[in-house]
Amino acid sequence: MNYEERLQNVSVLGAAGKMGSGILLLTALEMADLSLKPDNKGKKFVINAIDVSDEALSGLMKYLRAQALKAAEKKIVALRQVYKDNPALIENSEIIDQYVLDVLSVIKPSTRMESALDSMLIFEAIKEDPALKVKIFSYIRENNPNTPWFFTNTSSIPIGELDEKAKLEGRIIGFHFYNPPAIQKLVEVINAKNTLPEVNEFALAYAKNLRKVVVPSNDVAGFIGNGHFMRDILHASGEVEKLRSNFSLPEAIYAMNKISHEYLIRPMGIFQLIDYVGVDVCSYILSVMQSYKKDEKLHCPLLDQMLALGIKGGQFADGSQKDGILKYEKGKVTGVFDPGKKEYVMVSALLGKVDGALGQMPVPQPWKNVVGNPGKEEILKSWFSEIKNTDSFGANMTKAYGLRSREIGVQLVTDKVAFNEKDVNTVLLTGFFHAYGPVNDYLM
Amino acid sequence: MVAGYNTISMGTGRKEFSPKKERPGLEEYLKEAGQGTLKMIGGAGNVDECVVGNFIASRFNKQANLAGFFPFIDEGLKGKPAIRVEGACGTGALALVTGIRSVLAETAEVVLVVGVEVQNTVKAMYGADILAAAGWFKDRKEGHAYFFPGQFSDRAGAYFEKFGRDKTRKALARWYKNAIENARLCPTAQEFHNTTKDLEALAMAEPNPRGFVDYLNVFDCSKVSDGASAIAVVSEEGLKRTGIPKEQAVEIIGFGQAEGDITKKPDDPTVLDTSRQAVKNALESAGITIDKVATAEIHDCFTIAGVLAVEALGLAEHGKGPDYILEGNTARDGKFPINTTGGLIGWGHPTGATGIHQAVTILEQLTGKAGDAQIPIPADRPYGLTLNMGGNDKTLVSIVYKRGKNS
Repeated sequence: MNYEERLQNVSVLGAAGKMGSGILLLTALEMADLSLKPDNKGKKFVINAIDVSDEALSGLMKYLRAQALKAAEKKIVALRQVYKDNPALIENSEIIDQYVLDVLSVIKPSTRMESALDSMLIFEAIKEDPALKVKIFSYIRENNPNTPWFFTNTSSIPIGELDEKAKLEGRIIGFHFYNPPAIQKLVEVINAKNTLPEVNEFALAYAKNLRKVVVPSNDVAGFIGNGHFMRDILHASGEVEKLRSNFSLPEAIYAMNKISHEYLIRPMGIFQLIDYVGVDVCSYILSVMQSYKKDEKLHCPLLDQMLALGIKGGQFADGSQKDGILKYEKGKVTGVFDPGKKEYVMVSALLGKVDGALGQMPVPQPWKNVVGNPGKEEILKSWFSEIKNTDSFGANMTKAYGLRSREIGVQLVTDKVAFNEKDVNTVLLTGFFHAYGPVNDYLM
Repeated sequence: MVAGYNTISMGTGRKEFSPKKERPGLEEYLKEAGQGTLKMIGGAGNVDECVVGNFIASRFNKQANLAGFFPFIDEGLKGKPAIRVEGACGTGALALVTGIRSVLAETAEVVLVVGVEVQNTVKAMYGADILAAAGWFKDRKEGHAYFFPGQFSDRAGAYFEKFGRDKTRKALARWYKNAIENARLCPTAQEFHNTTKDLEALAMAEPNPRGFVDYLNVFDCSKVSDGASAIAVVSEEGLKRTGIPKEQAVEIIGFGQAEGDITKKPDDPTVLDTSRQAVKNALESAGITIDKVATAEIHDCFTIAGVLAVEALGLAEHGKGPDYILEGNTARDGKFPINTTGGLIGWGHPTGATGIHQAVTILEQLTGKAGDAQIPIPADRPYGLTLNMGGNDKTLVSIVYKRGKNS
């Protein structure tokens, strides 16, 4: 079975979710492009969008229509060539409408798992629950006559375990997109011990056609991305705990968020990132990682405390940020949750004490001015050398944070999660949009 | 001609422009420009006829029958004759010529001429569909997604091939630099807020055929603009009626029109032969030669059109346009300043208004009212010239102007 045949019948499990919808979109676009090649005339391409509720699937179809339209508008120059033999399609608008229709017509929404039984390729993006994944994979393996391949988007569960428990005999690979898949360039590809080479070959070809940057990761729970992110969370919450002797909890959270955002020149602070991913998701990933790594404490009481009070974060259907540990107005952080009072304390009430304590510091350039700046290297060097030479509370916290982030990165290589430091940096640069990789010498 | 008025040319580049924010529509632009001119000529009571130039509001704004907006501009225009004319991007000058012909035919002493276009209602790839109507629709299927950029990219490619890419590419970048620097001197210009330091380096960007056309980059293209311009075409009698002194007016010394066959591809893509014909007609009609002209407003819908127009004007031999530009002749301090408020690249290109904007700029330059953009007008070269083009060198109008004098 060649590349195109493999993609003639695909299923996405968890298709209406944040990750599933993006995977579905990218795959549907790739399949529509294949179906429009002259050589493939008459061949049928189907992608089953499988999820639990009709309501979610209806929202998914709206999302897909809007995204397919955007994609068509962007590649109108190429699409005119694709449809050049159709005399009825003359104006750009006609060609764009036709392409959207062609993309949507490969997608079959379904709430029934049986829909996956004809597929040659299964993308899995359901919740991070090993038992559930194994159950579904086993069901499909037993009932699908095509011996399909399984691409799992898990960000924490070892692929080898899923392979073994679902008896897939190496027909599985970790193919971990970053959120949102339609935008983020990174894919972590994780081969389990028994993953078949042809599965890996296909994965790399598919990633290339989607114009993704591939970073291979070893099959260790959490892989590179969450391997770094989760330990970053633990560092921040540990620091928050230490700050409690002098600060209220909201003050301490605000301080660490500011350090990790502005002082470290990152796109968002650590607590904002937790809200973005979801407090519940982060907590769950930690517990999954913990179950595979007994010699390290991978548990965050602060997240538990928030979750117990119903603080979850995550996004609304339109992609805007829900309130979580932090409160947001028009995408900006305006408050911090106080578990004692069970309400948000406004940032304006925290500013005075925290900023005073952080000490006199020049303000660094914001991340967005640095990330694409050709003079980025110089800006970062000069900023961090300033941090290094300043003895203030804020500068010292920044130093500690940056050095811990570096240590985590180096450890991922020592622990043989990542093949090298460059891969760790690539993940943080492309998957987390950082302006620089964690393994650097700015603070050494 | 007297009493020129330009609205701001609105679109990307202006600080106040945001595609997501609500913006003025056709009505507001027509009203602002129309009233601007009416105020200067003593009100609607002095107007005999009205002409509105608009390319294609029927698609950008789902609005036709624009002549019906004159009484909306001013109640005093109700019941007066009005007409709408169209000749794609050459619409504005066609509207002027319509007014001129009325005055020559002595059916009117004062004609209010307004041009308008509001194009930021759709995204670029859909705007390209709409603007493609300036070409033959039967060519649309085989044309580029960005149809007109594609047409002029082909001209640029042919010119590169025939006369060398390096020199020509540098001249295109210089053209862009001159346009932006001139626009920075004119508060209504779309590029008025442009602060880029090294404009020529920016304009040397390699074309991106995957996303755009083969031989031109985005800096080679005129703007997508919303805007309106207005002016009054008056007879000597009409001028007296408005009470405006002659030296605040420009006299129309001559004009030339020429039409190319919309169904035919250019014989030689490196030549704008219809443009050349229109300029020749205009200069003959005026009884002057190009060396008597101090400044010109020419139709640089693309930088390459600027190069080709320099040759069509007879300022440089065929193949030498790039040298003429690179020697600095067309810059504001050069021998023959062109597009002194930025032209279509720098000031903007609200298609139906462009020909009128050109006339307003010449009026301002010749009467010393161009503000920061003012250039000196030598006594031995007292003329100004405009060249407005519809389609790919199809509908052409060139007009020769001179400052009015009390006799």
